[in-house]
Parts: sequence; C-alpha cells; structure tokens
Amino acid sequence: MSGLLINDISMRFDLPNGGHVQALKNVTLDIKSGELMSVLGPSGCGKTTLLNIVAGFLAPTEGNIQLNEEVVHGPGPERGMVFQQGALFEWMSVRDNVSFGPDMKGMSRAESKEKVEHLLDVVGLQDFKEKAVYELSGGMQQRVALARCLANDPDVILMDEPLGALDALTREKMQSLVLDLWKDTGKTIILITHSVEEALLLGERLLVMAPRPGRVHKEYRLPFADMGVGNDLREVKKHKDYAPTREEILEMIWNMEEEIMGRTEENA
Amino acid sequence: MTGLLVLALYVGAFFGSFFIAKAVFKSAFEKKGFNKLKTVTFGDESAITANRVASVISVITVFWLWVAFTNSAIPLLKFPGPFSGDMTFTYTAQLEDGTTDDATVTMRVYREDIQQTIDDEGNPGREPDPAEVELGDGFAKNDSLTVARYSFKVVNVWANDEVSKRDGSTVVAINGQPIAPGESIRVDEGTIGLTDKGTPTFEPAVGLRMARLYLPAPEVVFQRFIWLNQEGYQGYTLLEHTWFSLKRVVLGFLIGAVVGVPIGYAMGLTGWARGWFDPIVEFMRPIPPLALIPLIIIWFGIGEVGKVVLLFLAALWIMIIAARSGVSGVAISKVHAAYSLGASKWQILSKVIVPNSLPDIFTGARVAMGVCWGTVVAAELVAANVGLGKMIVTASKFQLTDIIIVGIIIIGVIGFAIEVGMRSLENWLIPWKGKV
Ligand SMILES: Nc1ncnc2c1ncn2[C@@H]1O[C@H](COP(=O)(O)OP(=O)(O)OP(=O)(O)O)[C@@H](O)[C@H]1O
Ligand SMILES: [Mg+2]
Repeated sequence: MSGLLINDISMRFDLPNGGHVQALKNVTLDIKSGELMSVLGPSGCGKTTLLNIVAGFLAPTEGNIQLNEEVVHGPGPERGMVFQQGALFEWMSVRDNVSFGPDMKGMSRAESKEKVEHLLDVVGLQDFKEKAVYELSGGMQQRVALARCLANDPDVILMDEPLGALDALTREKMQSLVLDLWKDTGKTIILITHSVEEALLLGERLLVMAPRPGRVHKEYRLPFADMGVGNDLREVKKHKDYAPTREEILEMIWNMEEEIMGRTEENA
Repeated sequence: MTGLLVLALYVGAFFGSFFIAKAVFKSAFEKKGFNKLKTVTFGDESAITANRVASVISVITVFWLWVAFTNSAIPLLKFPGPFSGDMTFTYTAQLEDGTTDDATVTMRVYREDIQQTIDDEGNPGREPDPAEVELGDGFAKNDSLTVARYSFKVVNVWANDEVSKRDGSTVVAINGQPIAPGESIRVDEGTIGLTDKGTPTFEPAVGLRMARLYLPAPEVVFQRFIWLNQEGYQGYTLLEHTWFSLKRVVLGFLIGAVVGVPIGYAMGLTGWARGWFDPIVEFMRPIPPLALIPLIIIWFGIGEVGKVVLLFLAALWIMIIAARSGVSGVAISKVHAAYSLGASKWQILSKVIVPNSLPDIFTGARVAMGVCWGTVVAAELVAANVGLGKMIVTASKFQLTDIIIVGIIIIGVIGFAIEVGMRSLENWLIPWKGKV
C-alpha cells in the first residue's frame, strides 16, 4: 500500500537538568497517498516535533516512519517541507530558489526550465522571477516556498504553520492556492496550523492533538476541503455543518488549554 | 596654556558654527525623506543623519586651527607670532668706582627653520650675519648678535668692552631700568634678563604659534609631500613606502583569510575541529599582534617574511571567529529546507552555509583589514627597511616633523579608503545583508 505510515511514534527529550519531556507518546497514523491532513492542538502538544520526525530531522525514541512501505532515515527529497517563514535563500533570485531542488539533483537549467516556469505561473510570480526574495512581501515569499517545494516533486509535503505569519486576507488567498495545488498535483499534505478555520477548510482529515504527553486526541473526516477546491472559501463556511464543527473543536482545544494552565498553576 | 586655548576655540567653533550654519544653510537642517514628517527625532537614532555642513565646517576648523597656530603663509586669521627681525636694548655697565656707561645690544632674530627654507634660486637658507653697529664710545661698547626664534641667547656684553666682568664691570640697568641678577624685564620683542651671575640674556617673544619642529605649517607639509614623491626618503619614494606597507597588509590578510575561513567553517561544522582549535583560538585571540613583534623579529628577522607572518597572525583569529559565527548564524530552517530539497552535505556547505555566512565574514574582513593596517605601521616602527612606519620613525630621529605628519596623514587616508572600499564591496556582493 502506498502512503505514509506513522508507526507508533514516541518521542522523549532529555533535558540538561536531568528531567525529560514526553513530547509524543504512541502516535500512529496511516495517511493515504493524496490525503490532506490538517493538525490542530494547543501549543506544546508536539505538532512540530511530529512533523520534524516525519521530515527526518529528528529520530524518534520509539517507532518509525514508513513511506511507501520503506522506513525513512533522515531527510529526503521525497518529503518536502514548507516552513512558517525565513527558510528561503535570500542570496538567490526567486527563480533560483524555485529551481533549487532540480539544481541539487544535477538537472540542467534547460531541463528544469519548463517545470520552474510552470510553477512560477501557478503561484503568480512570473513577473517577479528575477527579483531577490527579500524584495517580496510575506505572502509572495510563502508562494515562492510552495513553488520551491513543488519543483522538487515530493510525495509528501509537510507544512508547519505555512500561513501563520500572513495577514488575514493574504491568508485566505493562500488557502485557496494550497487547495488548488493539492487537487492539481495529488500530493499527500500534512499541514500544521493554529487556526481552527484553516484546519477545517483545508483538512480533508483533521487531527486534534492533546498535550502531555503529545498524542492523537480526536480525528475528523471533513467535506469542506473538497467543496473548497476551485470555489470561494467563504461560501464553504456557510455550510450547515461548518459552524457546529468549528465550535466543537474550539471548545475541545479551549478545555485542553485550560487544563494546561491549571496544571502549571498547581506546579507553581 | 596654548592647549587650553585650542580646546576653548574648538568648543567655541562647535557651538558658534552651529548657530551661524543654522541661519545660513537652512536646507541642511531640514529633515529629509522618511524623516520629513517625524516629530520625534531626539531619541530616535534612525532619524539622525550626519549634517554635511557640520562635517565640512569641522574639517575647515581643524585646518584653520592648524594654520592659526603655526607660522603658515596661508592668509587666514592667525594668532600672534614670534618676533623676528632686529631689536635693540641698552645696558648700563658700572665699574667698582661707581662710573657708569651705556651701550646698546642689537639682536637679530631669525627664523628657526632658516636652513630648511629654499630661496628663489633654490639655495638653502643660511643663518644671517649680525647687524653692523658702531662700537660707540665709553668703556662699554655696542654689541650685535643673532638668535633664532624660539631660542635663547646669553649675551656676553663685556666681550668687546674695555673693562671685563672679571675686572669689576657689572650690568646694573637695562633700557635705563635698574636690574639685579636673576631678574628680567619684558619688552615687546621678548624678555631681557640677567643670569644669577649677572650676565644679560635675551629670549625673543614666541607669541602663540608653534615652532616648525613641533608643528609645521600646512604648506610646509604639502611641500614635503611633493618632495617625498619626487626625491623620496631613505631611498624610496613616498609611493614606494606606501606600496610596501599596503602589499604586506594585503598579503598577510589574504593568507589569514584563506587559512582562517576554512578553519572557522570546520569549527562551526564538526565537533572535532571545534575542540581542536578552540584552545588555540581562545588563547591567541586576546594577544595583541604588537606583542608578537619581538618574537617574530627573532624568528624571521626584519624582512618581508616576518611582516607578512605577523599580519597573517593578526588576521587569522579574526577570520576564524568571523567564519565560525557565520556558520552559527545560519537559520536551521534553511539547512533543513535544503536537505529536504535533496541537497548533499557538500551542497549544503557551498549553497547554503557559505552564502549565508558571507555577511559575517565580511564584517570580520573589515575588522581584520583595519587591525592589519594598524599593525603593519607599528611593526615598521619597530623594524623595517621600507614602509610608512619606517619612514616616520627615521624622520623622528632627525626631528623632521613634516615627514612624520605626511606619513600620519597617508596612514589615515589609506585606512579610511580601505574601510570605504570594503563597505562598497560589501554592498555590491551582499545586497541582502540586514534585509532578512
Ligand atoms: N529540542 C528539544 N529539547 C527539549 N524539549 C523539546 C525540544 N523540542 C521540543 N521540546 C518540547 O516538546 C514539546 C512539544 O514541542 P513542539 O515544538 O513539538 O510543540 P508544538 O505543538 O509544535 O507547539 P507550537 O504550537 O507552539 O509550535 C514541548 O513541550 C517542547 O518544550
Ligand atoms: Mg510548532
């Protein structure tokens, strides 16, 4: 079976003072090829840690990650990453950033040209390709990051709050872009977000994580992502199930945050 | 005294020219660009730009003070100068039996730097002869002597008198004013006194300007600059002295950078290299390069090799530390992104770490060039055959202050040029610096 298997992952960080943090405990997820899964959870519940393990930047203390039935060790081009911000190479032009992956493979510029030009068109940066990335706005920079990731043609795209640093309007546009790209390319996407709305709109599958230890709390299957493809996302929000689901999840996370606060107070 | 006056004038010029410039150059005091509509500038450092009128006046002020306190020929307002020319005073000699006689002393005061001047025919100046005077009558005869500005003369008035000091002739009055040994009287042209043993002395008035030995006038320094270019000093022209110093700096710096940057990268990338070099770098870094000069001379002598080794050592630690901090300044997300895009370790190094560390390396290079330039001059002061430092230190042995000042100005100008050059190179090579 092709897809991404997160196989009974546990992660324990040893602290310098002798203590330790159980960031993740027995997380198992089976993500099918072409699935878009959004991940929500209170701060510190291990979302970034999970993504870093999938990307191969961290080795889990227990369990393993399997991509297309092969255990992964370390980072690789079949798992692309889009960071919140600041991960572009500012010493390169927009085009050179996008063609970084093909360049690393030793592909000639002539070979990669078609794909790079196409992706620049898709993210609407054709006119900016010669510009330096620091000359672009935050939203444009994230579009470069998306295009750079897609140019490498990964099987899985991992996004850690990719739209977190953008303003509300730009963010909405980018959400549509992500949905369209997902449908067009059929990539498997894991998207971490702090915005419940974003998780609802983009996540075909939505995962709510709970902290201490980090674990899967609840999973949803949602229709909104499919509705949103090629449509106005604001229309999707008018769907009768949208508001109740949003309230349910907000309540859930709110309670978790309360609990954390309570616990810290007890400790204090 | 003069020093306090200079300070007072300088402070006065700072405030005085502010009010004058504010009234005259109104546009230079307007806020420009982004800052135009800022109401708060005091406390907002980013709103402060250098007032170029102030810079110009500042340079002019220094130049004017230089002219004003030296015997310059430049027609600017100057302070009272030393007396030069002829002056005469009378002395009254008294014999043991009470008879007195008056006679004159004519002093010819000449430029102290007369031998360093050149007349229209190109001949060096000579000390003048004393004025011709008649001997006059009575037992005391008229004297005539010469004295240089800024110096002092003991006048043996009895040399031509009929009665010598040993035979009981004493000076009891100057210009008709009674005077005792150890006392002095002031006239416009200087001070006339008696030594403790009663011999007259004359010290010409010096005014407020400085002798050429202490501070030569600007035009003297400029002439010396021309002369140094044409004639050279110690067998090398000024250009050659400068070239040798610069060559040592560039060579030492380049070797330091070529060795230091890879070591710095290695320290930022592997634990073994960091452990290996850490003690050496931390030990050597606080040692000023100047402290190494004696050892370098013992090992390498005073030739080129020693200089280059010294400058290499001066640049090395700075470049190592710059490269290391350049590596540590790479955002981990960039490295992660590059790995996820399929980059190998070698590609991470060449495509991510090297470009990302360039700003730090450039900052280090600027510091290192500055330190090297300072060190080369100091090293040449200690021992060298050629170079700006060598030129200065030799000139100081012969009290050729003008050459020293030419050397200092060249050192300053080149140091400034290095800084400006490195900065524009930086803006050209690393346009993204500070914009991320
Ligand atoms: N390198 C590390 N060393 C020690 N503890 C760590 C380390 N990285 C993460 N942790 C801990 O693991 C837990 C999970 O962190 P993680 O960054 O994955 O949370 P998150 O869900 O991404 O939070 P946020 O939503 O704020 O980004 C936290 O308690 C954090 O303190
Ligand atoms: Mg996180």
